[in-house]
Amino acid sequence: MSLESRDGIVYTETIVHSPPEQYAADAPYQLAIIDLHSGGRLTVRVLGKRAEERAHIGDRVTFVEEKNGVAYYRKA
Amino acid sequence: MNAILKYMRPVAVIGIGKTAFGAFPDRDLRSLAVEAIEHALGDANAPSSAVEAFYLGNFAGPSFVGQNHLAPYIGASVGFESIPCTRIEDACASSGSAFFHAWQSVAAGIYDVVVAAGVEKMTSQPTPRVTEILAGAGDMSGEGRAGATFPALFAMIARRHMHQYGTTREQLAAVSVKNHANGAKNPQAHMRKVITLEQALAGKPVAEPLTVYDCSLISDGAAAVVIVPLERAREFTSRFAKVLAVAQTSDHVALDTKADITLFPAVKSAGEKAYKMAGLGPKQIDVAELHDCFTIAEIVASEDLGFVEKGSGGPFAAAGCTAINGPLPINTSGGLKSKGHPVGATGVGQICDVVMQLRGDAGERQVARHRIGLTQNLGGSGATCVVTILEAAQ
Repeated sequence: MSLESRDGIVYTETIVHSPPEQYAADAPYQLAIIDLHSGGRLTVRVLGKRAEERAHIGDRVTFVEEKNGVAYYRKA
Repeated sequence: MNAILKYMRPVAVIGIGKTAFGAFPDRDLRSLAVEAIEHALGDANAPSSAVEAFYLGNFAGPSFVGQNHLAPYIGASVGFESIPCTRIEDACASSGSAFFHAWQSVAAGIYDVVVAAGVEKMTSQPTPRVTEILAGAGDMSGEGRAGATFPALFAMIARRHMHQYGTTREQLAAVSVKNHANGAKNPQAHMRKVITLEQALAGKPVAEPLTVYDCSLISDGAAAVVIVPLERAREFTSRFAKVLAVAQTSDHVALDTKADITLFPAVKSAGEKAYKMAGLGPKQIDVAELHDCFTIAEIVASEDLGFVEKGSGGPFAAAGCTAINGPLPINTSGGLKSKGHPVGATGVGQICDVVMQLRGDAGERQVARHRIGLTQNLGGSGATCVVTILEAAQ
């Protein structure tokens, strides 16, 4: 799979302030459901804590890495 | 005609019983359930020895309090002897589902006197652990692993609803303000506190755009009902309610597998089935208890059940249409937001609240027209829905 096919468009998103125990150290973090260019939807993390790094509905996001089964993205 | 409608026996709710919902450090799960069931049996004028089957809704007793095998554990304490005692788990719709199965067994002619109850004891765990246990009602292989809490899933639904229909933060907050106003008048509610729109808007963020004032409470509590065939109801009481319809439907668990997250297909299908079974439509509903686990959920459910057009749930709530004195009172109990949400108890709790309204027993919260009531109980982010329609005894 090329990197580009893993990129996508934000369908919806939120910033999680009250995390589950397992991700307490990450909070606040951005979670998004994205429409993949290759088709289908995926629930992913969007990296970055600064306001300009925040992805909104309709924004393009690019794949960064997959860690422990979680896909991490960044606003394009 | 559907075989169910052709052959089923009409069913009546003859007794209701609830504990207060709240944080009760000195109470255990069993004592809460026993209290609710004993109230319901007393209300029905039925001895425990008359009960032929027991269905218990509970989401996560094993995780919250380390106890499994809950139905006989509670049933034996109430005095049920040698009857089928079964626990049902369908996330936050566990006791709605318990009611559905109890109703089936009476409607089908298998049993006459059946108890459906629900219980949850949540406050013995710290909030991050509760959050993690609740997340298990989502898809832990995908969204859960990525860090989706339940507030996060509903926050993403809210964001999309705002994007597609122009729903505003103020409209979400209006649901919370209304439910708190109602709950403040309910002696059994968890958080009896009136709040202002300004307070609701300034709440601490949980998952943006949702604040603490958009999220239901972590509560302990139990609720129970006794049901019998309608033809036997008067042997017990004149204060029964007729069950006009019960429908349970399902959908995908993971939010990212749905085409449009601004609606709940399971709510729509359960509503349509229930209206068909009852032979009426949304316009005939006088009072409703909807599953406001989050403010956005009440708005979406009011659309999916046909009370308003798709996308109009926000303005409908903000205009006061769902207040106790509005054209369609929703969550006169205070809803999950103010009354509390001991998840396994919620579905049967909603039925108790609607029966109170149908009987004219809701005190300060009593609505003017109260012949037909509806309850809608949602599991997870929409993978289970149970809708009931009840009618006051003539």
